Amino acid sequence: MGLFLLKRVLTLIATLIGASIVIFLVLEILPGDAAQIMMGPDASPEAVSALASKLGLDRPPMERYLDWVGGMLTGNLGNSYSYSSPVSELVLERLALTVPLAIMAMALTTCMALVVGIYAAARHNKLGDVGLMSMTQIGIAIPNFWFAILLILLFSVKLQWFSAGGFPGWEDGIWPGLQSLLLPAISLAFVQAAILARITRSAVLEVMREDFVRTARAKGLSQRATLWGHVLRNAMIPVITVMGLQSAELLAGTIVVENVFYLPGLGRLIFQSISNRDLIVVRNCVMLLATMVVVVNFIVDILYAVIDPRVKASDI
Amino acid sequence: MNTSAATSPAAHAPPPFWRRALSHRSFVLGAILTSLLVLAALLSLVWTPWSPYEIDMPKKLQGPSEMHWLGTDPFGRDIASLLLVGARNSILVGVIAVSIGLVAGTALGLLAAARRGWVEELIMRLSDFTFAFPAILSAIMMTAVFGAGIVNSIIAIGIFNIPTFARITRGSANALWAREFVLASRACGKGPWRITIDHILPNILSVLTVQVTIRFAIAILAEAALSYLGLGTQPPQPSWGRMLSEAQTLMFQAPLLAVYPGVAIATAVLGLNLLGDGLRDLMDPRLARKR
Repeated sequence: MGLFLLKRVLTLIATLIGASIVIFLVLEILPGDAAQIMMGPDASPEAVSALASKLGLDRPPMERYLDWVGGMLTGNLGNSYSYSSPVSELVLERLALTVPLAIMAMALTTCMALVVGIYAAARHNKLGDVGLMSMTQIGIAIPNFWFAILLILLFSVKLQWFSAGGFPGWEDGIWPGLQSLLLPAISLAFVQAAILARITRSAVLEVMREDFVRTARAKGLSQRATLWGHVLRNAMIPVITVMGLQSAELLAGTIVVENVFYLPGLGRLIFQSISNRDLIVVRNCVMLLATMVVVVNFIVDILYAVIDPRVKASDI
Repeated sequence: MNTSAATSPAAHAPPPFWRRALSHRSFVLGAILTSLLVLAALLSLVWTPWSPYEIDMPKKLQGPSEMHWLGTDPFGRDIASLLLVGARNSILVGVIAVSIGLVAGTALGLLAAARRGWVEELIMRLSDFTFAFPAILSAIMMTAVFGAGIVNSIIAIGIFNIPTFARITRGSANALWAREFVLASRACGKGPWRITIDHILPNILSVLTVQVTIRFAIAILAEAALSYLGLGTQPPQPSWGRMLSEAQTLMFQAPLLAVYPGVAIATAVLGLNLLGDGLRDLMDPRLARKR
C-alpha cells in the first residue's frame, strides 16, 4: 500500500505542476502582453506599461511563475485587478457557495443513480428496467443549463415555490442557503445521475453473471441478500471510476449553472473576471478548479485500492 | 475485424450489417433523429421560412401561427428559421471539433502503441493531465486570452477531445499489436509504420466510429453551454445556446422561447447517443449480448 500511495502522490504532484505550467503559458505567455489584454485595446502605452510594472509583468517569466507557485503554496494569490482585493479572499468567499453546491449535487447524483441503477438491474429487461433506461437516455441528452431553466419555469415562474435565482448567504441560517442551492444542485445532478444509473445497472448485471454469485445463490442465499452482500461491493469499482470523472463534470457544470441562477460562486467569479479581463483571478480560479478535479481523481484512485485489494497488487 | 473473414467459416457468418442495423431499435431511432439534424442543417443552406437575421420589431414575441410556426423572438425574428440555422452551427462545431480530436488523438494513440516505451508513457501522461481541464474550463482560458468566438470554442472543444481519442486508440491498438496476424506481418518484414497503416488502423475504425458519434454529441452540448454563457457563437449568427440565454430573460412573458432550443439540442444529442449505442452493439455483437 505504501508504494502504491507514494506512486499516486508523485503522479498527483506532477500533474499539478504540469497543469500550473499550462495555465501560466496560456494565460501569461501566449497573449504576449497580458497588461494590454487587461486594459483593453484602447489603453495608452504608458498606462499599459504602468500596469505591467505594478503587477510585475515586466519581470522574466520564470521568476513570475515561481512567484505564483510560491504564492499559491503560502496562500498569497496576489490582488485582483478589477475587484482591488486579495484574490484569496475573493476565492474563499465564493468557495463557500461552490463547494456546498458541488457536494449537494454529487450526493443527489449518487442517491438517484444507485437507486435507479440497482432497481433496473434487479428487474433486468422488465418494464421498470426498460422505462427507467429510456428515461436515462433522455436525461443524458438534456443540457444541464436547459434543465435548470425548465426547473425555474416550473418551480419559480409557475408554482412560485423557489426564487428564480440569487443566494441569501449563510448568515441567515443554513436552511435559506440550502433552499436556494436546491434547484441548481438538482439541475447539475439530473444529467450526471442518468449517466451513473446506466453505469451502475450494467456493473451490477456484469457482477450478477459471475460464478461466485451463482455459488451464493446455490448455497441458499436469497436474491436480495446476494445483491446487497456480494454484488454491490464488486460492482462499485466502475461506479466509483465514473463518479471521479463526473466530479470534474460537476465542477465544470457549476460554472454554467451558477450563471443560470445568478449564484455568486467560483464559476460566476471566473465568468465575471473574463468580462473584466482580470487574468490574475482567471488564472487562480482555473488552477483551483483543475486542482479540485485532479485531487478528486486522486481520492478515487485511493478508494479503488481500499475497495478492491487487487488494484494495488497489479499497479505496483 | 478484417481477419475474421479469413478465420471463420462462411456458414457462421452473421447476417449482413444493414439487416442487423434495421432491426436494431436504438440504431434506427438514432439514425432518424441524426438525419433530421443533418437535413435541418442542409435545408437551412438553401431555404428558411423567414430570414433569421431580419429584425422586425412590430412582430416581436408572437405566438405560434401559420406565418410563424413556432412564433417570433424579442426582435421579431422567426424562431423556426433560427432553429434551422442553429442546427447548421451545431453541426459545424461538432464536425470540426471532433475532427481535431480524431486526427490528433488517433495519431498520438497509434504512435504510443507502435513505439511503446517512453513515447507511450509521455503521450499517456500528457493526456492524463489534459483531463484536469474539462472542455468548458479550457474554453474559458482561450476566451480570456483571445476573446469570445466560435473559432476559439471549436479549438477548445477539439483540444479536449484529443486525449479521449488518444486513450481509446492506444488501448485498442495495444490489444491488436499482441495478435498473431500482426506478429505474422512483423515476421514478413513489415515495419511498425506499415503495420499501423495496413492492420492496426483498419481494425480500430469501428471503435473510432462509435466514439465519433459520442464525442459529436458532447461537442454539441459544450458549444451550446459556451454560447449560452456568451463565449461561443457571437451575434448575429443564430445558435441554440444563445437563444436559450436570450429566452431566460423573458421567461415570464414568453416561456415557450426557453423550450424550443432546448428540445432541439436534446433531440440532436439523443439521436447521436442512440446512434453511437446502436453502432457499438452492431460492430461488437459480444457487447450487445451482455447488455
